[in-house]
Amino acid sequence: MSDLSSEGQPEEARAAVETPFRRFASEFFESKVATAALVLLSLIIALSLLAPWITPQNPYDLAQVDVLDGRLPPGSQAFAGYTMWLGSDGAGRDLFSAILYGLRISLAVGVTSGFIALLIGMGVGLIAAYAGGRVETVIMRVVDLQLSFPATLVALMLVAILGKGIDKIILALVVAQWAYYARTVRASALVERRKEYVEAAACLGLSHGRIVFRHILPNCLAPLIVVGTVQVASAIALEATLSFLGVGLPQTEPSLGVLIANGFEYMMSGRYWISVFPGLALLLTVVTINLVGDHLRDVLNPRLKR
Amino acid sequence: MTVFIIRRLMQAVFVVFLMSVIVFFGVNVIGNPIDMLVSPDADQQDIAEAIARLGLDRPIHEQYWRFLMGALEGDLGRSFIFGEPALKLILAHMPATLELAFASLVMALVIGIPLGLYAGLYPDGIASRTIMAGSILGFSLPTFWVGLMFIMVFAVMLGWLPSTGRGDTAVILGIETSLATRDGWSHILMPALNLALTNIALAIRLTRAGVREAMGQDYVKFARAKGLSTRRIVFVHVLKNIMIPIVTVIGLEFGALIAFSVITETIFAWPGMGKLLIDSIIQLDRPVVVAYLMVVVLLFVLINLIVDIVYSILDPRVRLQDQRS
Repeated sequence: MSDLSSEGQPEEARAAVETPFRRFASEFFESKVATAALVLLSLIIALSLLAPWITPQNPYDLAQVDVLDGRLPPGSQAFAGYTMWLGSDGAGRDLFSAILYGLRISLAVGVTSGFIALLIGMGVGLIAAYAGGRVETVIMRVVDLQLSFPATLVALMLVAILGKGIDKIILALVVAQWAYYARTVRASALVERRKEYVEAAACLGLSHGRIVFRHILPNCLAPLIVVGTVQVASAIALEATLSFLGVGLPQTEPSLGVLIANGFEYMMSGRYWISVFPGLALLLTVVTINLVGDHLRDVLNPRLKR
Repeated sequence: MTVFIIRRLMQAVFVVFLMSVIVFFGVNVIGNPIDMLVSPDADQQDIAEAIARLGLDRPIHEQYWRFLMGALEGDLGRSFIFGEPALKLILAHMPATLELAFASLVMALVIGIPLGLYAGLYPDGIASRTIMAGSILGFSLPTFWVGLMFIMVFAVMLGWLPSTGRGDTAVILGIETSLATRDGWSHILMPALNLALTNIALAIRLTRAGVREAMGQDYVKFARAKGLSTRRIVFVHVLKNIMIPIVTVIGLEFGALIAFSVITETIFAWPGMGKLLIDSIIQLDRPVVVAYLMVVVLLFVLINLIVDIVYSILDPRVRLQDQRS
């Protein structure tokens, strides 16, 4: 973001200080859509992190919630005096506050499971590509097998077996997604492994671990980051789906999916806002992450370099 | 060819066996079946009786053996809620799911191909850009959210379509289906469209890419030189050539449709297998959950097997590569 300031400088001065990161940043901010998406996404993340300080109430502190405020349409005055710009839900919680608190849970679950899946998939993919032979065949058979089932189905099967709970959902999401990372890392590690610098490193007598983690891995990071952003978005959407179906997070961990599910019963009576606003928040989050990830792919792909 | 099919068949059997182990041990070791089976106010004696009756005091591998033998005879236990054999329950709910999946498959082709054709023929028009932007949304919007919006707009605000259930069914060709009655059609329209969205987007992209590629080929140039009308070239020559791969790819999505119908069925209260699964998970009806998982695994392995065989017929390289490894 700080690189936006360099836009105004004369061409020569910019070229003089051009680092890979600066080049990457200036290419990224060329796209207006991606920039807007990144700004919006940063705003969403900031709002959710700052939720306790900017929301008019803590929706899960019973002392601050008044049941008499229940099901008020957007813009109503709450009993405590503030305005509920997005209305309130069935239990009298201010929806704006509930959405920001829900976003925290949704983002935390999505990012945590995405990160764990990335670590596992990365490790497995690197081992497959570097070891080759039988190890690779076995690992890739398992990956192919798992990818022949849709991630949604795998996650559903796991929650059916494991039951509810935040730890179980994270586990289900990790199992449903690690294979995507493994396939990506293996594909790019296979290419890197044949390059001369790896051969040179081996000639220098470096250990396998050092070659894999210090030399091959850094060169495989670009596609991994792209897949990572897209997978975090799909983890958030998947968690919301499971929670909406009633087999995801429990009521004590009210993510966006839980909020939407709670509002569903009121939709038939025309009280649309209880479901629609959490849904819009989910949508904005998923779509902005996807837009940023999509553009990252274009910027980081060396084949598209001008 | 025979060797290839036998190898694939053995792999399929192995996968089903592996999944039965995972599902059985998952449900029985991670969850405590007794908590689910006996009512919370049962005393010690009731619990002991239940354990003995269900064979839960035996070693786990013996329990698994009993489960496996039962499964091979088509006995996957009894539902706690309905008191009926779990497998029978699943099979009773299967036609509704298949009907929904089939309807949305047809919808994906009927809506997706014409839109993709248009976008491929006039790639720079505003309408084409709108179609392509819409197809991105079709991929990225969560299914359940779109379903909610459908209900809000078409059922609650406009009141055009019913939002729950399957409607009246009637029998055509010996199958009881909603597609035989007007009421049934009005019920299936929204859920089928909801389920079809991703595949509509997929069909649009495939058709567009196919049309753009085909329009530059020699046979199209030749047909033009011969003086055929554009309409005849597009609908007879181009479409005939690009239809086969599109229909194949969309057809292969059938398994995924059955998996995703879990979401759509729950939103629209469609009485299929998916809704049964969610209800059973929530009510802790363990045998039905296990039976559903086994049926779906079997279905998926079968579909994947068919896909592999079809591919190996269409593309001999797949088969040869497999034999070498």
